[in-house]
Amino acid sequence: MRTTYLLHAGRLIDPVSGRDEIVDILLHDGIIEKIGAHLSAPPDVEAVDFRGKIIAPGFFDMHVHLREPGYEYKETILTGCTAAAAGGFTGMACMPNTNPAIDDEAVIKFIQERARAALGGLVDVYAVAAVTVGRKGEQLAPLAELATAGAVGFTDDGDPVSDGEMMRRAFEYARMFNKPIIQHAQDLSLSRGGVMNEGFNATTLGLPGMPALAEDVMVARDIELAAFTGAQYHVAHMSTAGCVELVRNAKRRGVSVTCEVTPHHFTLTDDAVRSYDTNTKMNPPLRTRDDVEALKEGLRDGTIDVIATDHAPHSFDEKQVEFQCAPFGIVGLETAIGLTVTELFTKGILSLYQLVEKFSTNPRRILHLPPILVREGEQANLTIFDPSVTWQVDVHRFKSKSKNSPFHGYALQGKPICVVNNGRVYWNT
Amino acid sequence: MPLRSKHFLGLDGMPREDIELILDTAVSFREVLERPIKKVPPLQGKTVANLFFESSTRTRLSFELAERRLSADVLGFQAAGSSVEKGETLKDTARNIEAMKIDMVVMRHSAAGAPHYLSTVIDSSVINAGDGWHEHPTQALLDMYTLREKFGRLEGLHVCIVGDIAHSRVARSNIYGLTTMGAKVSVCGPATLIPREIERLGVDVYYHLDDVLPHVDALNILRIQLERDAGRLFPSLREYHNFYGITRQRLEKAGRDIVIMHPGPINRDVEISADVADSDNSVILQQVLNGVAVRMAVLYLLGTRT
Repeated sequence: MRTTYLLHAGRLIDPVSGRDEIVDILLHDGIIEKIGAHLSAPPDVEAVDFRGKIIAPGFFDMHVHLREPGYEYKETILTGCTAAAAGGFTGMACMPNTNPAIDDEAVIKFIQERARAALGGLVDVYAVAAVTVGRKGEQLAPLAELATAGAVGFTDDGDPVSDGEMMRRAFEYARMFNKPIIQHAQDLSLSRGGVMNEGFNATTLGLPGMPALAEDVMVARDIELAAFTGAQYHVAHMSTAGCVELVRNAKRRGVSVTCEVTPHHFTLTDDAVRSYDTNTKMNPPLRTRDDVEALKEGLRDGTIDVIATDHAPHSFDEKQVEFQCAPFGIVGLETAIGLTVTELFTKGILSLYQLVEKFSTNPRRILHLPPILVREGEQANLTIFDPSVTWQVDVHRFKSKSKNSPFHGYALQGKPICVVNNGRVYWNT
Repeated sequence: MPLRSKHFLGLDGMPREDIELILDTAVSFREVLERPIKKVPPLQGKTVANLFFESSTRTRLSFELAERRLSADVLGFQAAGSSVEKGETLKDTARNIEAMKIDMVVMRHSAAGAPHYLSTVIDSSVINAGDGWHEHPTQALLDMYTLREKFGRLEGLHVCIVGDIAHSRVARSNIYGLTTMGAKVSVCGPATLIPREIERLGVDVYYHLDDVLPHVDALNILRIQLERDAGRLFPSLREYHNFYGITRQRLEKAGRDIVIMHPGPINRDVEISADVADSDNSVILQQVLNGVAVRMAVLYLLGTRT
C-alpha cells in the first residue's frame, strides 16, 4: 500500500519547530514531500480534507503493558500495536513485567522483532527494562547490556525498588548511560494489602486502603536519591497532590525529575469504586477530588510533563471476581485522546499545543529519543486527531485484546483519525 | 408494602421506611418463636442456598433456623471441601448452584462487596450475611431490634461502638442503620483501629472510654480478634483490656445504667469482663434470639416479593 496523500488544510501543531498553522502536507510513500498553503494534489494522489483536524508529531505512550512474552491471553505485541495505532499513537515504551521479565537482552530483541513485524512496523516499540533481575529487588539487572540492546529506561514497575541502597546504586549505574530510572512509587510497607485509596470511600466500603502517603514517601525518598546521585528520575503514573508538590519543588531545586499522569487519574475519583466495579481497581488507585485538582494544576503549570496510559490489559474472566481478588489495571490506549481532550482541553486546563507536548515531545525527550521532524524530506511520523468530534466509548470495538475499561459508554470529545509512521498509515474507523 | 430492592446487601443507603418495615415484621416472627410450634408456612416451596465462604457458626445457624422456621428448603454450603478449594470462581460456584433452581442466596464472604458482585451475575435474591469489613446488615438489624425492644425507640438513643472499628462489618452496618433511624452513634477504640474519615458518617470518635461512657445509653462491644496483626495495631491484649475492656468498675464510675450488647463470640475478660457479660444489663442472649426473628423478616420480605 502506498502512503501517498495530500493532507488538506489541517492545523499543524509542532512543538519541535514551534509551528501552529493551517497547512497542506503532501505525503509521498510516507515521506513528507511538501508542506505549504494551497497545494494541489498531483494526479492519482488522494486529497483528504483535514479541516478542523490537528496534525501533530506522532504521539508516544511511555507506559504500556504489552503482556508479550508470557501473558499473550491478555495482549500481544500485535494487538497492542493495533490498539496503539487506533488510539493515535505511533510509538510506545513497554514495561518489563512480562514473563520472562525484560531483564535480558534476548527479551528486548524478541520484542523489537515482534514489533517490527506488527503492522509493518507502524508503531515504534521501545523496551523499558527491569532495574533488578526478575524485578525482585535483589540484584541489579545487566543495565549496560540492556541499554546497549535498546532499553530506553529502567523500572521494576509494579514492584517498586524498595531498598534505598539498591535504588541509589541503580541511579548511579544508569546515569553512566544517560537513562532514566522510572519508579512506580509506593512504599510497600505503607500500602500492603490495600486495594483502593485509603480515605472516606475505603472506610465506608470496608476495603483495605493504600494511603496517598505511601506514594508521597517514596517519591520524596527517590527525589533525594536522584539529587544525591545526579541521576535522571521519572515518576510513573503519579496520582497524589503530595507528589505534585514534591516534584514541583524538586524541579525548582534543579533535580533531574520528570513525571507522568494517566487519563484515568485526572478523570475519575475513588467515588467510582463505590460500585465495586473491578474496572475501577488500579495501582496507584483512583484518589480524591483534591488529588485530581492538583494533578490538573500540575499539568497546567508544567510540573507534570507527560500523559501516559498505563495500558494494563486483563482478560474478561480475571476481572469477573470479587473486588479484592481482581488484578490491578485498565486498558487505556484507545481512550487516551478522548479523555484528555474532554477533561483537559475543553475545560481549559491545557491548550492543544500543550496537549501535543505532553503526548509527543516530552515523553520522547525524557527517553532521549530523537525529536520527530515534521519537515520536507523527512519520514512522516504523524498523529492526526479531531478535537471537536464526540463519540461514545464501546469497549467491544477496542482493538486491544482486553476490554477492561471503566469508560464503557462514556461520551467523549476528541478522537484519533489516523496515524502515519514508517511509510504506513492506519485509519481509525 | 414490599422492600424496594430485590437484594438485601447492606444498610448503607437503605431508606428508613425499609428498616422500619423489617423491624416491624420481625415483631410478629419474634412472637412465633415463643409458640410451642415455631414453624410458619410462607416460604414453603422456596429454596434458599446458604453460601458460607468464611467460617461462621452463629450467623449460619441463625439463618438456617430462620429459613426452616419459614418452611423453606435449605441448601448448605461451606467453603471447606467445596469446589472453591479446587479453584472455582465465586461466579461459577454461584451459577452452578443457581442452575439447580433456587430462589435466594444467603452469602458470607471474606471479600467486601462480594454479595454486590454476586447480585450482578445471578438472578436469585442475594442476602448479605457479612462481607469482609464492609457490612453485616442482619446483625445491625438485630442490634437495633434489641435496642428498640429495650428502650421502645431508636430515635435519640446514644449508642457507642467499642473496639476494632476499622475491621468491623458490624460497626459499619450499625452506623448506617442507627444514624438513619435517628440515633446518635459514637465509636471508641485505639486510634490504630479507627478508620480514616469515619467522622464523615456522622459519628463522634473517642479514644478514651471514660470520656464517652457517662453519655451513652448502650454499648456495642466488638470482639477483638486475637490473631489480628499481633503487636502492630495495638501492643497486647493485656493493654487492650486495661484501656478498652468493659468492666463493672468502669461502668459504675460512669454512674449510668448502660445496656451491654456484643455480636459474639465474646472473649471473656478481654473486651468485656465476665461479670459484665453475665450482668442484668447484658442483652447478649436476647440479641441471639432476636437474630432469628430479624432474619425471618428479611427472608420473608424478599421471598414473598413479587
